[in-house]
Amino acid sequence: MLTKNDILSTIEMIDQQHLDIRTITMGISLTDCADASVSRACDRIYDKITRYAKDLVSVGEAIETEFGIPIVNKRISVTPIALVAAASETDSYVPFAKALDRAAKTCGVDYLGGFSALVQKGMTGADETLIRSIPEALAETDVVCSSVNIGSTKAGINMDAVRLMGKVIRKTAERTNGAGCCKLVVFCNAVEDNPFMAGAFHGVGEPEKVVNVGVSGPGVVYHALQAVKGAPFDVVAETVKKTAFRITRMGQLVALEASKRLDTPFGIVDLSLAPTPAVGDSVARILEEMGLETCGTHGTTAALALLNDAVKKGGVMASSSVGGLSGAFIPVSEDEGMIAAAKAGVLTIDKLEAMTCVCSVGLDMIAVPGDTDADTIAAILADEAAIGMVNSKTTAVRVLPAIGKSVGDTVEMGGLMGSAPVMPVHTASSKAFIARGGRIPAPMQSLKN
Amino acid sequence: MNAIVTVIGQNRVGIIAAISTRLAALGVDILDVSQTILNGSFTMVMVVSLEGANASFVAIRDTLNELAAERGLSIRIQRQEIFEAMHTV
Repeated sequence: MLTKNDILSTIEMIDQQHLDIRTITMGISLTDCADASVSRACDRIYDKITRYAKDLVSVGEAIETEFGIPIVNKRISVTPIALVAAASETDSYVPFAKALDRAAKTCGVDYLGGFSALVQKGMTGADETLIRSIPEALAETDVVCSSVNIGSTKAGINMDAVRLMGKVIRKTAERTNGAGCCKLVVFCNAVEDNPFMAGAFHGVGEPEKVVNVGVSGPGVVYHALQAVKGAPFDVVAETVKKTAFRITRMGQLVALEASKRLDTPFGIVDLSLAPTPAVGDSVARILEEMGLETCGTHGTTAALALLNDAVKKGGVMASSSVGGLSGAFIPVSEDEGMIAAAKAGVLTIDKLEAMTCVCSVGLDMIAVPGDTDADTIAAILADEAAIGMVNSKTTAVRVLPAIGKSVGDTVEMGGLMGSAPVMPVHTASSKAFIARGGRIPAPMQSLKN
Repeated sequence: MNAIVTVIGQNRVGIIAAISTRLAALGVDILDVSQTILNGSFTMVMVVSLEGANASFVAIRDTLNELAAERGLSIRIQRQEIFEAMHTV
């Protein structure tokens, strides 16, 4: 039986604590769009996406209206394009990116992910073509997102791909004045059903089409923790769990409703706490509410570990199928508290790297000085991938070389992307390390059978 | 389909009358009403049935939005399932 307090508390969560559904993402398989002719393949891709996702935005808006819960983004993820484009005879996959961009705009979605390649053990010719096409593809499109998986617990880390991605990130920053790097993620242990951008793609093990939902709600967790000031961590964990349960139940309801209306199977609910730059919607402020003066100081990793675990425990029972990345996100530029902590010099890249050991997903939306060389970027990728590989978890890097800027400057992206203070990186060279290439072998924990 | 109508704003004469008149004209059946003055604000929660409604959900919402603008109130209508999902197992 609902009480008036239940109803008013839900409305307060939506109105004042920024509770929302972060994204409804429709995954679409494009494997049947392959063709030797680039233009025929692109036409098929455009036709299929616009046919399957034609109602995605209108359905999302109708659910928003009827349930009174904001759905911030409607997105599409597709089969990694390196697999689809492999049949086409061409040395550039930029036309594929443009076809995806056109399709996304016709459907009216915010982003489309899947200009991707999975190269954890080695690169095919198509993978390499895709990776080399990324800077131009991201410069020539507006809403297409790209990701490359360069390592996994089973395969190890493809250091040739790491070296190449260092250069590609650098080149993308130069071609797009940094903006393109917001749409480019480098993964280790990438998941096939992630609804969040920029790393969403529709894995080959997925069905023809699927609806995945990503919830949000750092503001609600923060508010709930304000009611248990000074209480022991057992109480903190229980409070987070209960809140995560409620948030996820809402996500599950929206996911099932969207699945029914779009006549598309429900995939997963992603239990990630995704912050926004709005005041009161910050993961960093949750950690500070636990008793840290500033996010990034000693104790931050432990606080984040508790938060991440409690969110999963609370959410897992609330949904019939949990997947995606499912953990707290710590994108610096998209989190008002993280921005403040980075500006204060308390939150550093090294600390963020430690934090990524216990949460989803990695060094995210971090601006580095414009003169950071490709080898240093590659070495950052390798470090993060090593954490993912050894700990059997997903890690990712979305790093933004701020062309023409240095430590102390700020890069303004606007909207949900926020603003990123340029953070210092180590200046001692990693050049000879990256030059080795080859593959870092899979760790012992890959041998489970 | 049931929905929850919540009304929050400054108390004045005739709020309930105005809302119930508009809802009745739209064929919306009021199943339950709970009203109080919370921290000085008029706060009302209504459970309504849209089964016999002669207007779409969007049209009902728009009518309530007009009324909200006329009277300086915050009025929202949401399907009941969202509250049940969050507060009942």
